[in-house]
Amino acid sequence: MKKVFNMVDLDCANCAQKMEDAIRKLDGVQFVSVNFLTQKLTLEAKDDVFDAVLKKAVRLCAKVEPDCEIVLK
Amino acid sequence: MTRKQKKILIRVIISAVLLAAVRIINPHGIIAAASYIVPFLVIGWDVLYKAGRNILHGQIFDENFLMSIAATGAFFTGDYTEGAAVMLFYQIGELFQSYAVGKSRKSIASLMDIRPDYANIEVDSHLQQVDPSQVKTGDIIVIKASEKVPLDGIIIEGRSSLDTSAITGESVPRDVYAGDDVISGCINKSGVLRVQVTKEYSESTASRILDLVENASNKKSKSENFISRFSRVYTPVVVILAVMLAVIGGILTKDFSVWIHRALIFLVVSCPCALVISVPLSFFGGIGGASRCGILIKGGNYMDTLSKADVVVFDKTGTLTKGVFNVTAVHPESVSQHQLLETAVLAESYSEHPISRSLRDAYGESPDKSRIGELTELSGRGIKAVIDSHSVLVGNSKLMEEAGVMWHPCHHTGTTVHVAIDGKYEGHIVISDEIKEESADAVKQLKSIGISKTVMLTGDIRKVGENVASRLGIDEVFCELLPEGKVSCLEKLLADKKENSSLVFVGDGLNDAPVLMRADIGMAMGAIGSDAAIEASDVVLMDDNPAKIAASISISKKTLRIVHQNIAFALTVKLLILLLGAIGYAGMWAAVFADVGVSVLAILNAARALNMSEYK
Repeated sequence: MKKVFNMVDLDCANCAQKMEDAIRKLDGVQFVSVNFLTQKLTLEAKDDVFDAVLKKAVRLCAKVEPDCEIVLK
Repeated sequence: MTRKQKKILIRVIISAVLLAAVRIINPHGIIAAASYIVPFLVIGWDVLYKAGRNILHGQIFDENFLMSIAATGAFFTGDYTEGAAVMLFYQIGELFQSYAVGKSRKSIASLMDIRPDYANIEVDSHLQQVDPSQVKTGDIIVIKASEKVPLDGIIIEGRSSLDTSAITGESVPRDVYAGDDVISGCINKSGVLRVQVTKEYSESTASRILDLVENASNKKSKSENFISRFSRVYTPVVVILAVMLAVIGGILTKDFSVWIHRALIFLVVSCPCALVISVPLSFFGGIGGASRCGILIKGGNYMDTLSKADVVVFDKTGTLTKGVFNVTAVHPESVSQHQLLETAVLAESYSEHPISRSLRDAYGESPDKSRIGELTELSGRGIKAVIDSHSVLVGNSKLMEEAGVMWHPCHHTGTTVHVAIDGKYEGHIVISDEIKEESADAVKQLKSIGISKTVMLTGDIRKVGENVASRLGIDEVFCELLPEGKVSCLEKLLADKKENSSLVFVGDGLNDAPVLMRADIGMAMGAIGSDAAIEASDVVLMDDNPAKIAASISISKKTLRIVHQNIAFALTVKLLILLLGAIGYAGMWAAVFADVGVSVLAILNAARALNMSEYK
């Protein structure tokens, strides 16, 4: 499953890079992109673990940049 | 400016005024420290706060943290003005940076302003605005003058001219009538159109283009991958160097404050931001700018490859030629051209063969079928008919031979239709696929931007293929190829090309998907609406103008040039400041410039990639 999420207040390009690197190392992640320019997180993971992976990804992002919010819809 | 940016601007002004005031009053001793700390905190409290918070999250190489150490470090080594000023200029730089990025982001968004906001549907003879995603295929929508076409469809009523520039880059409006297809993202310039929707919103052209462009920035180029690898090691290495500098320099000279000060300079330069922002921004801008010219490049990686293009291989029909058959010559022996054409059209008037149709198109009027008497179709040869009680033969050379008519070939290439009346040869009509007006120029342009070889592949007979190739100035031509033959031909060309260069194949995507996929860059032309072609290709040309091929290569080259400039510029300045800082020739000011100043300049340079109007 592949989903795209909007990110609010992703202010630093370097942080986006760090988030992407960190999420890529998570188990079950097939593709990830944290796009500073489009302010979007694209996450692809297997269906059965997607929600768990997403949860971890959100936590990782908060660790890198607490001000940045991922809009989960 | 956003609210956040305005807040920072106000803090910058307050802090700058306070700093200037303290400088003028020039207090001494403990009062000095106390008074300089006010502007320092006004401008830097959030950086300090974030630094503390992020370090608790284990982010040691955090930008805020490094900046805080540098500024407070300067403060504690007794250089109060410098400590406050570094923080001040860091914030000004960040402000510029976020403003410039926001601006570029906005201009890319406006380039991509093809997303329709609403569709008009008719409910009880009243127009109602609905979200385009709610409209289903088969529904009828109404598009008024100066409105955007929200969904792909077919016109059932009305006529107008459409501004297709947002989609195809073509500035001349296209006239459309009932029965014509319209694509979403175009603007209806004059009349009211009633359109039957043929594709749902998510499948419509506008949303597919937006999808492609947004996804394109996720496919990273070599330069982007280099930057992300580089940024992973750059910060830790510079920070470690800073620590070593302070410790070793301090021990050797016993003057710790000088060496700590030099180490702080390293920390300021330790963020790779200039590169991390400007390189993806250049690609994003280049892809956005290209799409404005009607060229969709599906990723930064394809821009890399495209910029190294050296061989361009064309499919003939539909790419260099129009792919429609036309009468290109009428050569009568004794009758008039009109009479010859008329005779042929009458004989062929019951046939639905493409050749018959092109004859009728050339003739223009509808033939008077009552003049036709007995008519026999001779398969593989032509037609034998009685017209105005004359016996007429219309067909190929075989038909003429069999009837014993003395015919002669034509010097024009193409399919020749011979006409004989009452056993006497009356001349021939040549039908061929027309070369596009832009093709010859397109090939010339490719040469002028440094393409060393152009090749044409065609399933057509040798005579036709070689004629087209020589008229267009194409270097090599392979004729009479079956679809599999095209793939093996391409394999050979791929093996022969220069190392580190790439091969571009351009086709119309109708039956050359395997070749499109096999080439380094598969370019589908006029692919709008053809899902298979869009899927199989790396670059999609929205209209069928072959001049776009050279444009797409030039756009990629320009983008790559900007990227390389930025990488070289940022790295040189940073290394220079590190070097000069280590030996005491560059101060905190230069370091701040190397950090945020370089970022801003690189972003401004990257913004040039947005402007591709010269290639339209």
